[in-house]
Amino acid sequence: MKQRQRGVILALLPFVLMVLAFQVVPLLSMLTGSFRREDGTGFTLGNYLHAVQSAYYMQAIKNSLLISVASSVIGIVAGLLCAYCITRFTPAVRDRLLMLSNMTSNFAGVPLAFAYIILLGNNGVFTLLFKQWGWSVFSDFNLYSWSGLILVYVYFQIPLALLLLYPAFYGIREQWKEAAALLGAGSWQFWRTVGLPVLSPAIFGTLGILFANAMGAYATAYALVGGNYNLLAVRIGSLVAGDVVTQPQMGSTLAVLLALSTLLAVYLNQRMVRLTEGFTSKPPRKRAWRREASAGIRAAALEEAGQ
Amino acid sequence: MNTRRSGLAPRTFMLLLMVYLLLPLLATGLYAFAENWQNTLLPEAWTFGWFGEMFKDIRFLEALWTSLYLCLITVVLSLAVMLPSVFVITVYFPRWESFMKGIVVLPYAVPGVVAAVGLIRAYSSGPLNISGTAYLLVGAYFVVILPYMYQGIRNSLLSVSAVELLNAAELLGARRRSAFVNVILPNIWPGVIVSALLSFSVLFGEFVLTNMLVGGHIQTIQVYLYRRVGESGHLASTIAISYFVFILLLSALLMRLGTLGKR
Repeated sequence: MKQRQRGVILALLPFVLMVLAFQVVPLLSMLTGSFRREDGTGFTLGNYLHAVQSAYYMQAIKNSLLISVASSVIGIVAGLLCAYCITRFTPAVRDRLLMLSNMTSNFAGVPLAFAYIILLGNNGVFTLLFKQWGWSVFSDFNLYSWSGLILVYVYFQIPLALLLLYPAFYGIREQWKEAAALLGAGSWQFWRTVGLPVLSPAIFGTLGILFANAMGAYATAYALVGGNYNLLAVRIGSLVAGDVVTQPQMGSTLAVLLALSTLLAVYLNQRMVRLTEGFTSKPPRKRAWRREASAGIRAAALEEAGQ
Repeated sequence: MNTRRSGLAPRTFMLLLMVYLLLPLLATGLYAFAENWQNTLLPEAWTFGWFGEMFKDIRFLEALWTSLYLCLITVVLSLAVMLPSVFVITVYFPRWESFMKGIVVLPYAVPGVVAAVGLIRAYSSGPLNISGTAYLLVGAYFVVILPYMYQGIRNSLLSVSAVELLNAAELLGARRRSAFVNVILPNIWPGVIVSALLSFSVLFGEFVLTNMLVGGHIQTIQVYLYRRVGESGHLASTIAISYFVFILLLSALLMRLGTLGKR
């Protein structure tokens, strides 16, 4: 029996070592680093104080929060509309639409930012075209600013929202609508009093995921605006691995703040998913792998993780 | 249920969504084949020249190779580590499962840029100075794919009822290790392959950790793409579109394997 136990423990050892070395130790190191002085010694709350008092860092935090909230809200509204629309199609069309939207979620990060630069950048195809045609509406648009970032963020938020939300619509039975209609409720009244309340845990949970997704998004923003737009994730990157002087302690502090916000958002999602499970039924799990494979990789895995 | 018809509004919304989602892709695709594209709705002349140039570029081939082997090494390492441990947890310590799940889900909640900060701080000095090396990157990659690997292996184990299989094998006199290798492994292999490919495609698209941890020393395909964006738009879009097609083929393969495995 002793021997048996030893063999079993031995099989777990590499896993424990890898997780300790590349997950636990770095996180702890970041946490302790955020309480160190600039020279890396002692214990201080100064970094946090500095972060809160510095207009520059506060602006980065504010920008990140704003862009995350805005892109998540737009994403969730569009996602809800689309998820509802998708249930109105026949299964064959629905599957194809889902596949297409999931497919595009592979197109993220650097390639995505790049595609937008081709389309709407300073010398983008559409930018030049609109100039040629004299459409002045678009002459104010600047891809490398707030509106451009929102446009690009929303691009990766919508497919994620769609993928996470549309299963929840299957919890809403056709019979409920019929019952509501028999009792004299209009379509709008049904959604307001029955549909949306039933969906609300799924909506808030998804909102959490979208928020965390946007807060942590680095590649897209970095490739699009570099250091020119003050975002928390980009700021952290340049503090730790920048070309100029690196300030690892300050970077750690901001990273802790960022991690706290995303942890909170993901925690919210987990709680909400548990709530949702109470009264919605998911579509048959048979094709779970297929859905995952068809590319909303991250989303599908998140969905798995939430369960 | 079958009588419902898609009305005008749903169709319009979905059309808008598809235009929004596919337009950037389409434009990148067109740009990769365009000889000259200015001031007109569609390019004036077409060419395969950018693709030729891409394959002639030695740095591109090097970056591609670097990406492929780094991802491959990580996935193989992850298989070697995760297969036995998920098996042991599922079969012998089901009570630890929720704990394990907590660890494994963590990479979702911790964005890449945060993970990179910790990794840089922990390994840029002291006894283990491996900053800027492939070792650090492979370790970081290992954590990134933890959730996919864990979920995939665990699902396969549960779907073949590993515990019963193992008991049967032991009852017939098989040693535990040989039961694992000869009975369990062949049965879960299809599911495991799917999660390995999934992990591979996730890593192939990784940019944040790669750029922050080893960006100056090792160029993967994503880092290379980032560097080329400023130089030539056409060439960069060629690379972007090839990357996208590659990932698409990979997910098509995944889909096929996934449906085969479920039968």
